[in-house]
Amino acid sequence: MLDSRRGRRVAIIAGVRTPFAKSGTVFRDVSATALARHAARELLYRSEIDGREIDEVVFSQVVSSALTPNVAREVSLLPQLPPSVPAYTLNRACASGAQAINNASDQILLGHADAILAGGVESLSDIPILHSRRFSQVLVDASKARSFGGRVAAMGRVRPRDLIPVSPAIAEPSTGESMGQSAEKMAKENSISREDQDRLALMSHQRAAAATADGRLTAEIAPWFSGPEMDQVITGDNGVRPDTSLDALAKLKPVFDRKYGTVTAGNSSPLTDGAAAVLLMAEEKAKALGHEPLAYIRSYAVSAVDPGWQLLMGPVFAVPKALERAELTWKDLGLVEIHEAFASQVLSNVQAWGSQAWADRLGLPGPVGQVDWERTNVSGGSLAIGHPFAATGARLVTTLANEMRRRDVQFALLSICAQGGMGYAMVLERV
Amino acid sequence: MREESGAWSRESGAASSQLPAPSAPHQAAFTTTIENGIAVVCFDLPGEPVNKLSAAVKTELEALLVRLREDSLTRAVVLISGKADNFIAGADIEEFTAIGTQTEAERLSFEGQEMVSRLETFQKPIVAAINGACLGGGLEVALACHYRIATDHPKTVLGLPEVQLGLIPGAGGCQRLPRLIGARAALDMILTGKTERARKALKLGLVDEVVPPSILRQVAVAAADRLAREGLPKRQQKGGLPGLILDRTAPGRQLVYRGARKQVLKKSGGHYPAPLAALEAVRVGLEQGITAGLAEEHRAFGELAVGNVSRKLVQIFFATTALKKDDGVRPGTVVPRQIRRLGVVGSGFMGAGIAGTAVMNVEVDTRLKDSDLTRVGKGLKAATSLLKERLARRRLTRPQYERLSALLSGGTDFSGFSRADLVIEAVFEELDVKRQVLAEVEAEIRADTIFATNTSTIPIHQIAARARHPERVVGMHFFSPVDRMPLLEIIPTEATSRDTIVTVVRFGRRMGKTVIVVADRPGFWVNRILSPYLNEAGHLLQEGVRIELIDATMTEFGFPVGPVALLDEVGLDVAHKAGSVMHEAFGDRMKPAASLSRMLGATRLGRKNGRGFYHYKAGHKAGVDGSVYTLLAVRPTDGPEAEVVEQRLVYSMLNEAALACADRVVRSPRDADIGAIFGIGFPAFRGGPLRMIDDLTPGKVVETLYQLQEHFGERFRPAPSLLEMAKSGGRYYPS
Repeated sequence: MLDSRRGRRVAIIAGVRTPFAKSGTVFRDVSATALARHAARELLYRSEIDGREIDEVVFSQVVSSALTPNVAREVSLLPQLPPSVPAYTLNRACASGAQAINNASDQILLGHADAILAGGVESLSDIPILHSRRFSQVLVDASKARSFGGRVAAMGRVRPRDLIPVSPAIAEPSTGESMGQSAEKMAKENSISREDQDRLALMSHQRAAAATADGRLTAEIAPWFSGPEMDQVITGDNGVRPDTSLDALAKLKPVFDRKYGTVTAGNSSPLTDGAAAVLLMAEEKAKALGHEPLAYIRSYAVSAVDPGWQLLMGPVFAVPKALERAELTWKDLGLVEIHEAFASQVLSNVQAWGSQAWADRLGLPGPVGQVDWERTNVSGGSLAIGHPFAATGARLVTTLANEMRRRDVQFALLSICAQGGMGYAMVLERV
Repeated sequence: MREESGAWSRESGAASSQLPAPSAPHQAAFTTTIENGIAVVCFDLPGEPVNKLSAAVKTELEALLVRLREDSLTRAVVLISGKADNFIAGADIEEFTAIGTQTEAERLSFEGQEMVSRLETFQKPIVAAINGACLGGGLEVALACHYRIATDHPKTVLGLPEVQLGLIPGAGGCQRLPRLIGARAALDMILTGKTERARKALKLGLVDEVVPPSILRQVAVAAADRLAREGLPKRQQKGGLPGLILDRTAPGRQLVYRGARKQVLKKSGGHYPAPLAALEAVRVGLEQGITAGLAEEHRAFGELAVGNVSRKLVQIFFATTALKKDDGVRPGTVVPRQIRRLGVVGSGFMGAGIAGTAVMNVEVDTRLKDSDLTRVGKGLKAATSLLKERLARRRLTRPQYERLSALLSGGTDFSGFSRADLVIEAVFEELDVKRQVLAEVEAEIRADTIFATNTSTIPIHQIAARARHPERVVGMHFFSPVDRMPLLEIIPTEATSRDTIVTVVRFGRRMGKTVIVVADRPGFWVNRILSPYLNEAGHLLQEGVRIELIDATMTEFGFPVGPVALLDEVGLDVAHKAGSVMHEAFGDRMKPAASLSRMLGATRLGRKNGRGFYHYKAGHKAGVDGSVYTLLAVRPTDGPEAEVVEQRLVYSMLNEAALACADRVVRSPRDADIGAIFGIGFPAFRGGPLRMIDDLTPGKVVETLYQLQEHFGERFRPAPSLLEMAKSGGRYYPS
């Protein structure tokens, strides 16, 4: 493995994101491409970099837009960048943004590039709605027909039920289980109480509200100018509820198991639109250009578990792997960011990292570590801020790197659970 | 293989040859290559950036036609340009200005008609392969060809802009264009002089095909071959039944002529004879046959060519052409810097206009900065709307629009400014505010970034007084609305470096502006001469002269709007502020008329608050507001004759122009007149204030000023420079 102690090191220069907005709200009419370009362009301005210094753009998107499947190229065709900057779009489900960053950092470590713009975007307001399989086949046949009669004959095969559109569901293709059902299953199997889930959600909202009020989160956001006069300026995330309470959360009905369930809209992350981008650079390049990096990437790791087991448990393997690659232990970490897809998932991951029983069950030498909430998700998490799938990884890296600088923390870790039973972890360092 | 192709291939073995060039003393403008029986005639005027038609070119082309006619191998001809971005830009205007008499001018037109007719009646088909500008005489040549292919290159435009020089198309254009595309479409082009892009030209039937530049030659050669084998194509009439009636029947055309005449008179105010003459040449040609039409065409051309209006318009054309090459400093080794990023501080109407125009015309990365995000958003909206307008008018494609609008962004901090090469501030017109902005910006930008201040009245050296780098501070006076007003005044201070001047002059030009470099004196040039003129309107108002009389007199004189309406447009507050600056600088001569401060006192600011000398209904001017007279405590009178009103207004401007010139506010009479015409709409057919003084003679001007001084006071005291010129027989321009 190429590691950061062999000469080259990858610096995180800056990160910028759009406001995160619940799907169907303020970004209803905005394409994923526009969101991605907005975040990337603002990042270029704020980092005061000359576009000609950028070697590549790596972006990610989970639910890709039908007409712009390679959204990264649309980003790299921003007029602030030379048209010669290549670009590709990847998909590692909810860890996509983090993967984009590490694909970029790998390229920099290899010496293939010195500066890469990486990030992710998701618009669940702008998803492809598909025709039924049968209707698609009819359309294809009709388009291939050589005569008008042939086209009519093809179209004649259409039945009313074929016209019902198909919209993609957030469900595991391998098990048919939805994300929410998996979270519900984990809550039950790991005995995560409704109250504990609601408490975590409350903390997420309160911390996000505080970080918005004191400008820590706002500083990461590129204001979005909306409305016909462009004078309605959105500077924050509309999922954050500063005024929510345990009582209010307790009143919500469980969604996935109405009778015995504990997972509610309040302790799950909402469907969200948004984009986030991070500028990565080889350490010596950053020095040469006079940039002061926020932090450096020390290691990362990916893992996967059987989706039929506990779907969102991937991080229990990814985190110890990343720590091992970083030659660090949990105790060395000054800050931790855990992606909050569901409160039950976060608490299940935390439980698994912390106990000898789990370590035995997972075949790990010992517990990974005890989560200290004073150093974890200090600016809130996805439950409040929202979770535009592919953008989340880049948001976490940005928030974590900024906070590391603020608190002068040497080592920090982020953890992301992803669809397909995957887990993702990354370790950052300063100096 | 078909038989024709067989014949073709048989020929091809032997038939690739260069026609020997005639033993002419000058370098040939045409190169002819014959391949497979198709003569490709390439027009490439030596030593010139554009192809122009001149007597020499005409002689050469005619000789070439004779040889091609005799050449048995040649079956058809392709006429193509060797220039990268023009086909034929028109006639050689330098040559045209040498003409002294009407008879000579008539003959020039007649000979042009003859040459073009020879193309049309040439026995072998001729294909015009058009890439780039195809204008004036160039389009007349193309019209006489038998088939026209244009490229979709953005610089490919076709038109007959002669009326813009006070002329009419004089080489058969008034005859062939209506016959090809119909009376209505032809008049629309000829009477306005507007140009059309390839796609529109195809739609109009002006060209037969539109192709990418890369295959122009190949397609043209194939078309020539096809025409030689199959004969000329039948062209379909465009426009359907109503079009057929209006374009192809005599009563229908009468309607068209009447409508066109009405529109021309409305637009020209009767000051410009060329469009009406063109209309007549088209009418005679369509109603009485092409021979009569051609006769009327060269007759009218001769008359117009030596007329005063055309002479003035041609002078202006030369002046603006010269300005396009004038960087505002003595030519030398100064190299303009490249502007890759523009920062604009202040996202109000002016700032947004500057940003939008820069993005649209220069395609430069532009960052807006203002104090709060709502203002930034509104500025971005205003700037983007300029692009949206072009998108709606199909001057931009959707992808072009997306690209350009992505060049525009903004925020409340100076992020991105460290990479700016030019920063233009357009904040509130207040010295302290501007100094503050300069200080803030200087803290963010590189030492070599240019700082331009957009002001109409504040002396630049005062703004620059505390600058860390005064050598990079310069004034850029844009006019409002920025995207539409053609003039830009560049104001260097004593300290401004030469490369700063050159850089902003070039940048202004790329923004589409006609740029004049003027001295850092109060009011610069345009407002300097405008101030006494508007103030005189104020005096007239205070005397009770009817608003309608004042404004009608000056529109009759040739201004696009009268001075009172202009006061409403500019805003009484702005005019007042400028007036006080001028009063302070120049004393009693510029003492503001009482009427203007009374209006301001009653918060009548003009159009901006819907209360001025005129009523405004839903943003539109709607008649004089009679209550103004009460406010001014006058009884409206039709008292003075229009002539006196005109004299007082015009001579206040002429006299100030003379004073300012003597003050060296402008670098040349050329800049002065162009500034007046493009900056305040001084009637172009009068050539500008200094040209007008020359035409009237300084002696007469002084005489009139003395009379005005006697009746209306010291402010009309003739400028010393005029007295001097009157005595010595001097002029502004060589006669």
